[in-house]
Amino acid sequence: MEERVVITGMGLWSCLGTTLAEVEASLRAGKSGIIFSEERKELGYRSALTGTVPTPDLKSRLNRRQRIGMAEQANYAYEATEQAMKQAGIDIPYCEANEVGIIFGNDSSALAVIESVDTIREKKDTAFVGSGSVFQGMNSTVTMNLATILKLRGINFTLSGACASGSHSIGIGYLLIKQGLQHMVICGGAQEVNKYTFGSFDGISAFSIKESEPTKASSPFDAGRDGLIPSGGAAALVIESLSSAKARGATILGEIKAYGFSSNGGHISDPDLDGQVRALNMALKMADLSPADIDYVNAHATSTPVGDRIEAQALDAVFGATRPFVSSTKSMTGHECWMAGASEVVYSMLMLLGGFIAPNINLHTPDEDSAKLNLVTTTLEKQFNIFLSNSFGFGGTNSTLIIERYSD
Amino acid sequence: MSLTRQDIEATTIKFLSEEFEVDPSTITPEAPMKETLALDSLDYVDLVVVIEQNFGMKMKGEQFMKLVTFSDFYDHIEEELAAKA
Repeated sequence: MEERVVITGMGLWSCLGTTLAEVEASLRAGKSGIIFSEERKELGYRSALTGTVPTPDLKSRLNRRQRIGMAEQANYAYEATEQAMKQAGIDIPYCEANEVGIIFGNDSSALAVIESVDTIREKKDTAFVGSGSVFQGMNSTVTMNLATILKLRGINFTLSGACASGSHSIGIGYLLIKQGLQHMVICGGAQEVNKYTFGSFDGISAFSIKESEPTKASSPFDAGRDGLIPSGGAAALVIESLSSAKARGATILGEIKAYGFSSNGGHISDPDLDGQVRALNMALKMADLSPADIDYVNAHATSTPVGDRIEAQALDAVFGATRPFVSSTKSMTGHECWMAGASEVVYSMLMLLGGFIAPNINLHTPDEDSAKLNLVTTTLEKQFNIFLSNSFGFGGTNSTLIIERYSD
Repeated sequence: MSLTRQDIEATTIKFLSEEFEVDPSTITPEAPMKETLALDSLDYVDLVVVIEQNFGMKMKGEQFMKLVTFSDFYDHIEEELAAKA
């Protein structure tokens, strides 16, 4: 028998805030987390716009050996996971006594790799790299560190699926629990935000160059959009079987209903209408829902001309007759890349629980395709029950999650 | 400028207490290095790094085998620095 899968804990380390309450307030206020970074300009970036998050201080909570192997994004992930575990009512002794898993989306650890290579080049000797480097430099830096610190005994790996990594991580955790292979998995996404990590993206002119007004530069679905803005941090969710949540007496925040996925089988960076539509329809079918059941779509829309256009076409193809509310929270956060698919589920959960829909800020003039969508441009006080979250990534990877308000 | 024994001790206490996050007062000449710093196999890699950063010399793994106390370590550094001079 298949298990129902519910969310019982959430955490965020985001440019919109470092607690759920702070982030909810930012979402309601339509507040941007984007700044101009002088150090990127000095480094030769075409665009110095970025999301920014505070540096966690973990020294009082983790010992040296626990901290030394954690790359920047693993620190963010620790903070988000600690929040999520607290909300779920689980701790390390629980993890030691049960088979709790972890799957995080992460697709780079550029800073750690660059620093170790710089040392090797300078010293001509690998011995001076230090022991932390190896654990910081691998893509699995988040899961290998958290699994060790939290004494996790279930599934344990990192998922790299470009800008859909965080969404796929929830999807795979969902499937494992649904099939009865795991009773609880900590899922999430993490994204480094240092000045080196996005250099190659900047090099292909992926970023908005509206540097004079950082908070207005990310404008998904607007006709005047000119590119995405990189951002980062981490998001974490504790997801578990309904039977596990009930047995523990946990507060159930929402239920994951479906994970649709597809690969475009085409261009490495161009989006594809058919691929996105297939992921959307797969999710609807898995959830046994019709398009009319979806109240809100948290769009992937990153503020690139071609990406938003194709997603608008895909949403119109599937939801043209029912027109659910649509917004892209990337208008406030920028593109949180490997983290985005997880953080946007948490943002949407805050809306679902708080009875509002966050606005797609900086949207003044929708283009021809966006105009067909029911875009929310100012905060909408609205109780709703089901949302869908899209995430797409380079290589043509697509992920769609559907979450429903929990009811017996 | 050559380092005195006192210089070596003071420098060592500072960088080891910072790197391995131990109370500087626990780093006494007769205290055992491995236990005082709670060194595991990975920590020796970091020990090599901080010794190079502070004394400009690369220690090899087998050299640590002979060093039990901090006093042994100071002797070793003194000998290495004298040999380089």
